[in-house]
This record gives sequence, C-alpha cells and structure tokens, in this order.
Amino acid sequence: MKYAARRLLHSLFLLAGVSLLSFLFADLAPGDFFSEMRLDPGVTSATVDALRARHGLDRPLPVRYAAWLGSMARGEFGYSLAYNTAVGPLLRQRIPGTLLLTGCATLLAWLMAIPLGIWNAARRGTWSDSITKASLSIFLSIPDILLAVILLALAVETGWLPAGGMHAPGSESLAAEDRFRDTLRHLVIPVAVLVLGMLPVLVRHVRASVAECLDSPFALAARAHGIPRRRLLFRHILPAALNPLITLFGFSLGTLLSASLLVEVLVGWPGLGPLFLEAIMARDFALVLGVVMSSTTLLIAGNLIADLLLYRADPRIQTS
Amino acid sequence: MKLSLTLAFLAVLHALVVLAAWVAPYHYAEQHRDYPFAPPARVHFTDAAHRFLLRPFVYGLTQDSPGGDYREDRSRLYPIDFFVRGRLFGVGAPGVLFLWGSDGYGRDVFSRVLYGGQVSLLTGLVAAFLSLSLGLLCGTLAGFHGGWVDGLLMRGGELFLALPWLYLLLGVRAFLPLHISPAQAFFLLVAIIGTVGWVRPARMVRGVVLSARERGFVLAARGFGASPGYLMRRHILPLTWSVLLTQATVLIPRYILAEVTLSFLGLGVGEPVPSWGNMLAEARQYHTLMAHAWMLAPGLATIPLLLGYLTLADILLERPSSADPAPPIERPSGALPLGSREG
Repeated sequence: MKYAARRLLHSLFLLAGVSLLSFLFADLAPGDFFSEMRLDPGVTSATVDALRARHGLDRPLPVRYAAWLGSMARGEFGYSLAYNTAVGPLLRQRIPGTLLLTGCATLLAWLMAIPLGIWNAARRGTWSDSITKASLSIFLSIPDILLAVILLALAVETGWLPAGGMHAPGSESLAAEDRFRDTLRHLVIPVAVLVLGMLPVLVRHVRASVAECLDSPFALAARAHGIPRRRLLFRHILPAALNPLITLFGFSLGTLLSASLLVEVLVGWPGLGPLFLEAIMARDFALVLGVVMSSTTLLIAGNLIADLLLYRADPRIQTS
Repeated sequence: MKLSLTLAFLAVLHALVVLAAWVAPYHYAEQHRDYPFAPPARVHFTDAAHRFLLRPFVYGLTQDSPGGDYREDRSRLYPIDFFVRGRLFGVGAPGVLFLWGSDGYGRDVFSRVLYGGQVSLLTGLVAAFLSLSLGLLCGTLAGFHGGWVDGLLMRGGELFLALPWLYLLLGVRAFLPLHISPAQAFFLLVAIIGTVGWVRPARMVRGVVLSARERGFVLAARGFGASPGYLMRRHILPLTWSVLLTQATVLIPRYILAEVTLSFLGLGVGEPVPSWGNMLAEARQYHTLMAHAWMLAPGLATIPLLLGYLTLADILLERPSSADPAPPIERPSGALPLGSREG
C-alpha cells in the first residue's frame, strides 16, 4: 500500500513536471494563435493586442500557469481558441476512441506474443524458430504508414471491411448489438496495423526471457523430475519469465500510443491523434497542451499499473 | 560473415542514395508535363524480331486521351545510354525513362526516391549523432559526477520518457513555425528528433560509466593518482563505444521513420524537395493509390534500409560486448571513491 502511494505520488510529480516544462517551452517558442493575424493588413496590431489581452496571453508566465491549473481543477483544461470552447469536453470526446484502439491492440498483441514467444523459445535453433524470427523482422521494417495505406486500399477494393472511421454513417439508429458489430468491423484495420507493428518486438522479448528461464537450474531440475513439457512451460517457466515482461508492458503502451497517433490520422479514427494534428496546424496552444497531458496521463497510468503488477509478481521488490 | 554481408548491403544502399545526382536519370524537380502518372517503364532486351540486344531500350509512350491509359508506341525506340550527360544512365531527348513510373507532374519517381533518400537518411544519421552526443555528455556527467547532477539529469530525463514519443515529437514541433523553407525544415527536424531522443542513450552510458568506475584497472589507475580527466579519456570513455555503436544502429532506423512520419503529416520537409515522407503523402489518396500503385515506391524503399539496420543491430546485440562487467575483482576496502557516490 505504501509502495502504491509512493508510485502514485511519483506519477503526479511527473505530470506536474511535464505540464511545467510544456508551459516553459511554449513560452520560449515564437508565435501564438494570433500571430498569423498580424500579417493581415486589415487587422491592426491594437486589435491583436486586445484579443491577446482578452484571452490572457499577455499575462506573465506564472499567472498563466496558475490560471491553467485552476481551469484543470474545474475539468476545463484551458480554453481552445480554434474550437472556441473549453478543452476538457473536446478531450473527453476523443479519449475513449484512443483508449479503445490501444486497449484492443495491447490485448491482442500480448495474447499473440506470449504463446508465440514461448513456442519459439522451446524450439530454439529449429527452422520454425528461424522462420518466425525472419518474418517478424521483415514486419518490423515495414513502416506503419505503408501497412495502413495498403490495408485501407485492400479494404476498399474488396469491400470486406469499412475504409476508415469508427462508425458507419447512420449507425446511431442501429440496435446496440449491430452497433457493437459495426465498431468491431471498423476496429480491424487500425488494430491490425498496430499489432503487426508491435508484435515483432514483443515476441522477441518473450522469447529471450523464456529462453533464459529454460537455461536456469530450476528448469533443469523440473525436467529431471519428469514434469510434462507443456506443464513445465506454462506453469513453471512462464511465471518466472514474466517479470521483465511486465516492465515491457509499460513500454509497449508508450509505443502503441505513439503508433496509434499515426494510425488514427491515417484511418480517420476519432481519437486524440487527429485532434492533436488539427491543434498543431491551428497553433491552438491550450488544445496541444491538453492532448499532450492526456496522452502523458494514459502512459503514466499504464506504467503505474505495470509497476503495481510487478510489485505483486516479484517478492524481491517488496523486501527492498 | 553475416556482419560483413549486412554492412556491404547497407553500404550499397547508402551509396545509391548519396550518389543520387549521378545514379538518378533525372533531377528531382524535372517535370515532364506530357507524362503525368506514367507507369513504370518496361525495359526491353529483345527487339521485335526476338533478337537479344546488348543495349536495352524503351519504347515511346502514347496516351489515347489525356488522363487515359498509356500505350507503348512501337515505332519509337529509345536505347538506354550509359554514362551520358553526367549521369549513370538515361535515354535521348524525346524519349522518357521512368523506371518506377512518374508522379502527377511527370516527375520520375525513381529519381525522386533516390533524392528523397538523401533527406530521410541524412535526418536519421545526423539526428542519431546528435542524440548520441547529448546522451554521451549527460550520461557520463551523471555517472561520473553522481550526486545532484545525476539526480537532476535522470529525473529530467524521466519527464521526456513520460510522454509517448510521437506526441512529444509533434508537441515540440507544434510550437515552432509551420511555414518554413525545406532547408530550415530539415535542420529543425534534425534538431527536434535528435534532442528529444537523448534520454535512452544517456541512461545506457550512465550505466556503463557507473560499472566502469568500479572496475579493477580504473581503481588501480585512480590509486596511482590519475586525474578524473585522464581516467575519463583513457579508461572510461572507450568502454562506452560499443554501447554507442549499438544504440546508433537502433536509433538511425527509428529516426528515419520519424522523419518519414513527420513529413508525411506535413510537419517536415515540404515540396519541391522530395523526402520519403512527403512523397508517401501523395499516395495517400485512395484513387491515386489504386490507379497508380507505383506511388508507394518511397514506402517500399524504406524496407530494405530498415531491415539492414535492424539486422545490424541484432548482430551487434548478440556479440559479447567489452562493456560487460569483467570477472569481479574484490574492491579493496578503504579505496577512495571516485567523485561523490550515490546516496
């Protein structure tokens, strides 16, 4: 419990640090939402100054940071100048999309990586191991962009799967079950791209971790006792090999969130990615900060979960 | 054996890209407005009478109607010349040679992929160099000095790791000017990608430096009165090379992908200078892609390059490294600690 509290506090410090750093960086950067207006001869610089003053952009940094913290406490996360509304509701619309996508991809990637990694580790040096390794490194070197573009083109050509988005037009009127199936069909391509990008890395780590355990004395002893191979792999080796993988789980979440940004933009998935890109193009600082903070929170939450899982799985942490 | 093969493969790819001005039949901006979206050229080795020719040739291209399909015009025949006009190969004036087809402006995709590789590859290499230099600096400083410097650098680094990488990259890009010249965009990209990635190399270097401080020969040198600068130069930094080398092979492909991604999203190098990213952006439209599949060439071009680097990284990772701790040497009690030690 004390451990959990300490990790939580650490996470909060990280979040505060990230927000402070973003603010500092944005302050150093040239230009803001209104700087494009200055180029327009029809807009006097007095107007721009007045607009900046009205939105509080001319106040000193600590005051703006304090104001932002205050609006965060109210759940507004600042005011988006491009959308002319509070950032909070915009984020709350988009976070479930990203969460759904990365959640499904994480689950599927790990469900595939663990058996595949164990299988390869148990057959080290055989042709099936080499073939898996070779094909996975080829997948690793295909850029996500290419994969997504090709899958989308195939989807349109064959008509088997919807080509982008999250819902079919008019899906609001469908029954709950059909809506679920519709979303599931829309999930196939983005999740496939994410899983294919992530799987090679995961399989490699699972294989390495399991292989190391297979070489350890306890595995030899268990084999000598005549424990069946499958039981040995799943009941004895896997739990022992799990610790480095739990740490990897946190990392994999970060990678997937990054990849998800790109995939969301490519397939038009209503997640944080497209919102982020729009905010950048519009130079909407509050929205950029909001998206950065939400993605950071997602990642830190994932890492926190990994930390706590590791605490449960590895008694060595509890004593130190 | 495997190592030298991989290195040779990578060397050939790099040479092709570096020598783009000579290997590519056209300049990247050279337009042939009469030939938009021409398909990849069919290079013929046998003439109409099925006789084998030593010099391959292409036929002229005709279109039934503007925007229609291209046909080969068998009456016009253009032999491919080698070592002409300061380039490796090409065809005489009215003929065109689009090995991988042409884009909407009639620009040769093959040439543009080679030229585009210069931007993508150079971004990867220079940004990786920047990351590793920063990582080496911060890592040795943290590992050797210890104390509050170590704490500050490593806690600061955690802030960088707390963000998903691409969000961090785009977030930094967000606050910099959007409309800039290709050259400025290139330097901006290199600076962002390189700076944002300093943490992982720094952590690895710090680990090596920390373990190096405890090794027998370092302690011995210290005992003989070596200065910190000498220890650093002579004993500790050489141990970091293998880590830096391995990190380089991991970072370069990742940074090439980062450039491709940013340029693809319109936040990197823009027209008319080609990069693999902004070329792929043209292939994004479904109609372009279905009718002109060769527009995906820049994406396919990244695959052998990334595969080469990943294989190299694998080989280096599997090799026993000199930075691994030597057989433990009992540390004499009362030996002077190097710098201030961790708390």
